Amino acid sequence: MAALGRAALILSFGLVVYALVAGSFAAWRRRRRLAVSAQNALIAAFGTTVVAAAVLWTALARHDFSFVYVAQHTSRTLPLGYRLAGFWSGQEGSLLLWLLILTGYSALAVWLHRRTRELIAWVVPVLAGVGSFFVFMLVFVSSPFATAPAPADGAGMVPSLQNPYMLAHPPMLYLGYVGLTIPFAFAMGALLSRRADERWIVMTRRWTLTAWTFLGVGQLLGAHWAYVEIGWGGYYAWDPVENAALMPWLAATAFLHSVMIQEKRGMLKVWNMVLVALAFCLSIFGTFLTRSGVISSIHSFSQSPIGGWFLGFIVVCVVFSVGLIYVRLPLLRARTKLESLVSREATFLYNNLLLVALCLTILWGVVYPLVTQAVRGETRSVSKPYYDFFLHTFGLPLLLLMGIGPLVAWRRASLRALGRTFIVPAVAALVTGGTLIALGYGTSTPGLLAYTFGAFVAASIVLEFVRGTRARRALSGGSWLHALGELVARNRRRYGGYIVHASVLMLAIGVAGSSAYQTVRERGLHPGQSMEIAGYTLTYEQLQQRQEANAIATRAVVDVSRGGSHVTTLHPGKNSYPVEQQVSNEVSIYHDPRNLGDLFTIADQIDPKSQTLFLKVLVKPLVNVLWAAGFVFVFGSLVALWPDAVEQRRLAARYASDAVPA
Amino acid sequence: MIWALALAAVLAVAAVAFVARPFLREPAPVSDRLDELGEAARARIELEEERDRALAALKELEFDHRTGKISDRDYRELVGPLRRRAAETLQALDPGARASHERIPTRR
Repeated sequence: MAALGRAALILSFGLVVYALVAGSFAAWRRRRRLAVSAQNALIAAFGTTVVAAAVLWTALARHDFSFVYVAQHTSRTLPLGYRLAGFWSGQEGSLLLWLLILTGYSALAVWLHRRTRELIAWVVPVLAGVGSFFVFMLVFVSSPFATAPAPADGAGMVPSLQNPYMLAHPPMLYLGYVGLTIPFAFAMGALLSRRADERWIVMTRRWTLTAWTFLGVGQLLGAHWAYVEIGWGGYYAWDPVENAALMPWLAATAFLHSVMIQEKRGMLKVWNMVLVALAFCLSIFGTFLTRSGVISSIHSFSQSPIGGWFLGFIVVCVVFSVGLIYVRLPLLRARTKLESLVSREATFLYNNLLLVALCLTILWGVVYPLVTQAVRGETRSVSKPYYDFFLHTFGLPLLLLMGIGPLVAWRRASLRALGRTFIVPAVAALVTGGTLIALGYGTSTPGLLAYTFGAFVAASIVLEFVRGTRARRALSGGSWLHALGELVARNRRRYGGYIVHASVLMLAIGVAGSSAYQTVRERGLHPGQSMEIAGYTLTYEQLQQRQEANAIATRAVVDVSRGGSHVTTLHPGKNSYPVEQQVSNEVSIYHDPRNLGDLFTIADQIDPKSQTLFLKVLVKPLVNVLWAAGFVFVFGSLVALWPDAVEQRRLAARYASDAVPA
Repeated sequence: MIWALALAAVLAVAAVAFVARPFLREPAPVSDRLDELGEAARARIELEEERDRALAALKELEFDHRTGKISDRDYRELVGPLRRRAAETLQALDPGARASHERIPTRR
């Protein structure tokens, strides 16, 4: 069966290389049939990659340990779900997942936009170029189909990966990472075909938004996974691999905002090209960081030889993008200028500068150990205070801008109009800030600012909906609900965007509450002993042990009460994995509906002989607002993504001359 | 092993046939030239984008004025140039339609 997998990958390699070479030649020499043939090759590459993926999944499901990959990442005791998820638990499988998603996206993009031949002719070689690198790695450097005499059992899966989030987090992230290839390919395709219009933006709008949504959801799932699995009481540790996913998301966020300026004002064409290339290169960099093991990270499960190849590919991508943008600069000149520094487009620009500044400072923090190693011969790294400083420096103004932007008119806004629109949000912010100080929450300046700015943003979003609904109702009559529905339906991107803003605000509220105002306590306990924290009393009762499918679970039974009344019973503990010979922390959490926070317990150490438990307890107010933000984020993205028939017809008419008949 | 190789061979033949399809369907086409937009067509698309931008800007201005983000004075200053720009692009796209440009809506 491994032979079929290898053959399928070799076919994929042949097909994408053909798509690259034939596609480039066809686009250059204007050969129609050859261009369509190259498109077909890219679509066929998806088919052959699906076969390769099916071979690996079958081997994982059937415990076929003659596959080295299966033997290294799974075991007989591993449940089926985790065995199938083993596809992306190792380097070779992850690369195959990259290729599978890339060829799938490419095939879909080529199929959907096949009538736009002039542009798609150049998009195909760009997509094939990226695909060629990944399939080259899979065929010649890091094959998932290497075989060896089958051992009696496999090595198993790293315990921290044995979590339901393993089924969703990596694929979501990859759907996001890889999805950024599509807008990149269309942007480069537009430059290669000397198209200065916005066709590529219109064609990739939903692709970018989809990739960005997947990347955002993937990160949130990863944060929740870390929260419930790693057992340190946090959800984001500024780990290089976490940062690797955050950076392209920030760049894509900047792009999603700045591209609106190009659509509405015809400005920032070069900047948009730079951002789309930056987001793509950072997505490759993220994969490099995750898989190379070049920087110490909780996600780097092994050192691997692929780092050099990835670095080389990143250099090629950067040189290609920068060179192409430079060569096509005359095409990208804007005909209009910013009319005022106090306008909606100006706030978008400030938002972009802050997002990119945050992205680059994170990038500097990530590569700093590599730079110090190269320059001084010793590895030094930056830690939480560095990242926190820049998060506060750039993140808090970003939060405030999220509230200011919607209140400011396009083109220019007078001070009088600003005063009128700012009054309600400003009062809301001042009242919130004042109340927090009065209640004694002024202990954390970033926390206080986050909530004050948060109130401003919340008021601004609500006002936008209220004023918009009122204006819509004045025009078309009907009920408030009908007017609201009409308002959103007529401008889904804008109001979907506001809903996403609301989710970011919820994220900020959750992060500020659970970090700036959290309480931590740690104590060694014998059965029957208690500890107090933030009004809770935790009483350690006993230890329990049970055999699970793939682990021995040890749990402490901890009774939780408040004001003398029983609240819940928690079971923090540890899992011992005999096959993997590793132990993992298994936290136990009580979600408190009173403060939307968590009572988070970690069994730091357990001594079964003396029955001693070293219990670490964290009270994290508002942390559940952070997780709820994920649902709002997805809802807002779906509203923004939902097709608008009127706009579709308008765009189809605009680009009618650009499409060949079906 | 044999079945795997046989499956791989079937896959290869199918892939090659699919890739060669454009040549198999049209062995001797009248024209094999890839469609390309001429300078005039490209300029027209850019003009249409400009027209859409101008009309969208007018709608935005109306909406911002209705929701109180734009003062009456700013509205009066901005609406004229925007209408002119919309009219210019409309006229550039359709020189014969001058009269209809006088009816560019101001309120929706």
